[in-house]
Amino acid sequence: MNLQAIAPEFGQLALILALVLAAFQSIVPLVGVRARREWLMAYARPLATGQAVFLLVSLAALTYSFLVDDFSVAYVAANSNTALPTPYKVSAVWGAHEGSLLLWVAMLGCWGLAVAWFSSSLPLTMVARVLSIMGMISVGFILFTLETSNPFERILPSAPAEGADLNPLLQDFGLIVHPPTLYMGYVGLSVAFAFALAALMGGRLDAAWARWSRPWTVAAWIFLTLGIALGSWWAYYELGWGGWWFWDPVENASLMPWLVATALIHSLAVTEKRGLFKSWTVLLAIFAFSLSLLGTFLVRSGVLTSVHAFASDPERGVFILALLGICVGGSLLLYALKAPTVASVGRYDWVSRESALLANNLVLMVAALAVLLGTLYPLVIDFLGMGKISVGAAWFNTMFVPLSVLLSLLIGMGAISRWKSDRIERIRKELMAVFIASLLLGFATPIIKASEMNWQVVMGMTVGIWVIAASLWDMWKKARGQLSRVPKLGLSYLGMIIAHIGVGISVIGVTMVANYSLEKSVRMAPGESAEFGGYRFEFVEAGHIEGPNYTSEATRFNVYDGDRLIDVMTPEKRRYTARGTVMTEAEIDVTLLRDVYVSMGEPLENGAWGMRLQVKPFMRWVWLGSLFMSLGGLLAMLDKRYRRKQTVAKTANQQPGAMKEQTV
Amino acid sequence: MNRALLFIPLAVFFAMGVLFWIGIGKENKDVLPSPLIGKPFPEFAAQALESGTGVSADSLLGQPMLVNVWATWCPTCKAEHAFLNTLAEQGIRIIGINYKDDDFKAKQWLTAYGNPYEFNVSDPEGKLGLDLGVYGAPETFLVDGDGIIRAKHVGDLNPRVWEKLKPQFDAMQ
Amino acid sequence: MKSLLLLSWLLFSGAALAVVEGHKYPFDNQHDTERFNQLAEDLRCPKCQNQNLADSNAPVARDMRDKVYELMQQGKSDDEVVGYMVDRYGDFVRYKPPMRLETFLLWFGPLILFALGLVLLIAVRPKSTQRQTATGSEPLTADEQAKLERLKAAAKPSSEESQKS
Repeated sequence: MNLQAIAPEFGQLALILALVLAAFQSIVPLVGVRARREWLMAYARPLATGQAVFLLVSLAALTYSFLVDDFSVAYVAANSNTALPTPYKVSAVWGAHEGSLLLWVAMLGCWGLAVAWFSSSLPLTMVARVLSIMGMISVGFILFTLETSNPFERILPSAPAEGADLNPLLQDFGLIVHPPTLYMGYVGLSVAFAFALAALMGGRLDAAWARWSRPWTVAAWIFLTLGIALGSWWAYYELGWGGWWFWDPVENASLMPWLVATALIHSLAVTEKRGLFKSWTVLLAIFAFSLSLLGTFLVRSGVLTSVHAFASDPERGVFILALLGICVGGSLLLYALKAPTVASVGRYDWVSRESALLANNLVLMVAALAVLLGTLYPLVIDFLGMGKISVGAAWFNTMFVPLSVLLSLLIGMGAISRWKSDRIERIRKELMAVFIASLLLGFATPIIKASEMNWQVVMGMTVGIWVIAASLWDMWKKARGQLSRVPKLGLSYLGMIIAHIGVGISVIGVTMVANYSLEKSVRMAPGESAEFGGYRFEFVEAGHIEGPNYTSEATRFNVYDGDRLIDVMTPEKRRYTARGTVMTEAEIDVTLLRDVYVSMGEPLENGAWGMRLQVKPFMRWVWLGSLFMSLGGLLAMLDKRYRRKQTVAKTANQQPGAMKEQTV
Repeated sequence: MNRALLFIPLAVFFAMGVLFWIGIGKENKDVLPSPLIGKPFPEFAAQALESGTGVSADSLLGQPMLVNVWATWCPTCKAEHAFLNTLAEQGIRIIGINYKDDDFKAKQWLTAYGNPYEFNVSDPEGKLGLDLGVYGAPETFLVDGDGIIRAKHVGDLNPRVWEKLKPQFDAMQ
Repeated sequence: MKSLLLLSWLLFSGAALAVVEGHKYPFDNQHDTERFNQLAEDLRCPKCQNQNLADSNAPVARDMRDKVYELMQQGKSDDEVVGYMVDRYGDFVRYKPPMRLETFLLWFGPLILFALGLVLLIAVRPKSTQRQTATGSEPLTADEQAKLERLKAAAKPSSEESQKS
């Protein structure tokens, strides 16, 4: 039996079987809940497990076809090549629309598997409902894949001898890590979504539900944070121009769910702790996943123009729109019908942690809606026949920056505020010194760096330093000045502090990079030198390199800081043989305090090149911040209160109608 | 709180859904509407491709016409050329703008594939093209006898497109 | 109003990146170089898939860059340069959307949403004098109250999280 010949067929079969299992998973447990039959509800876990297994088999089959260069599979032929290096053959699996969709559904299956295995502390009715809803989403997406975007379609009997090669822009480490991480985040929000709908269905919306939801939401949020950061980092070094965020529709499609998920994590904190904002938290959970789905729609339907967009197709667009309609429309309808209208018991003062978290939610939601507004507005204008406009960085920055500043100010104050009732004088007394110090440092920065005032820098630095300083100050106070006490403060608290510090780090990074980047376009020939940004760039030689699937014109530069040679850089201009595309491979010298970025522009006469030299201060801080945020999230997620088996919950479960109000 | 308020998110989503539904069906999403519609043809001073004599916006006046932007390096222009020939045979006045091209190559091209143009404006640096808001050949303008631009079509001219443009062209007579 | 918007725009735009083939466009002072770079970033290539003039290799982008340079050498202001391009290509080529009736909601939407949100937050605050029953259930019966007390007692050892978030 020729494995190569039948692997794609296995893959497709596995996908179909996964669909069948997902269909059962959608129905059987819910029937069990309705009919109060535990044995039916108990099917949820094994069905979810089976579905995940088959989806992984399907993904493995596609990967295998890539590895053996099976060009009888249309998707492989369109995205691979015998000369393609092996790691990229694997990442090519998700390099285009069909395969990336298979990755998407496989990850959905894996999240379902995780819920099935790590839900021992949940009542069975909850598990049944959650997995059922996730099953429904699976059904929709697997059906979409099979019907409109089947990666296993074959070109038989005459398979091409060679493939069209993976898009050279994607032949990079970035493709190996960015999409899977990002998708884990997008898809992971479906768990919070399912929990929210399950709570609505069961009529049981309480602090316990919030405590169950929270670790899953944070997990998805961590992946989303890392995924977005990886995308930004990848664009930075891959595209060759030194930009790291373009407010492109596809980028915005990932930022929006992230903003809402951040709001959700904070709102869940209030619901878990005080049983408040229940209705709002549920709505946020629905919003977050809806925005994930919206992102999927925008990127694959061709409605928006973007360099990132997958090949667009109206047929696919209609299908996803239908999926969107059912998922989002259905959940919002369920919400409208079943969400509690009576406010929760529990009051809080104007100055309190609850208020601070409400303000947090307000700012984040306005930010998310602003991004949505800017992304969709050109469409609205166009479809109303009022012409064509563009909404770009200038507009987005105008809206986003003040909101970020406001949010950062809130972090410092909110994180130390007390539940239910606090006093502004107390907060002021605690933090005044820290605030003044931050302000002073903020003012000092532009003076020291550039010897001239820059209000943007003052604002950004003040607020960034403020977040870090206020967080560290609070932690120090809680540890009563003893380093040994810090680990005892609890994972949840430490997670919060570290995540908030991450925000401050990113804000500082963005402020410095946006204001103090230096660039120069200069014509250089071998042997010439250029002085720039405090460094000397010496063009040593130019040469020709034969790569595995490309040819390249390379240049070698010695970079000096005074007399010290700090780096030898070899940027390239590559031409990929199969598709003929030309790629700019930039070289970057990285330190914590700055990036030195060298890329080749256009070839000029006599072997000279138009070189692009850049010095970008604090560039790494932008992404370092997201690493801190992710670490913080991880710590918070691992707090033992989420892992404790809830025997109390189990006894409470058997008494319907009992009120459970946490007062802690 | 009023339950009716809880329906707001659903209503907003529904509106968005309608927006997307319209968007999927739309063709030619990348075509830019021209701000020159209703405005006079931009002033220019260039040479005619064939004769080498000077031409300007005044040379266009008199009769309604199609102003077709083309080049030898543009494959779509070649595809539409046969149709332009048929239009010229029907008596339709076509002026050409040879956009960012080489005069010699252009003349050779016209000899080989036929010349439907009353005359061609030579625009080797694309200056006139920039003034017309050209961003990709071929593009065709409908200009009336007084030199006012009435319509613009981006992409090749073919029978299907002409079906929609013809009424506008006839209205200019 | 216009100056306020201009101020906010100036306040929130960062240093501009250099353009493709930047060495073709020399200026004799840094300020003009930055103006040029900023203009190239704020103008959109009419043909590419969402790229500005600074990053695009397309022929029409190159032509437009050359024109921007030429106009700047003629002493034209930023507004005039942008206006020149808009006159020929339409509003599409400006990344900063125009301020018109149809874009009013775009420019003021976020502010309006913020204000609405603030109003909403204030309006739904639980009033201190009202006593409201919790989600969808009646007050507890004596039996249920007793059960609740038992449950609370059972849960007590694990509830020492008064300062946790």
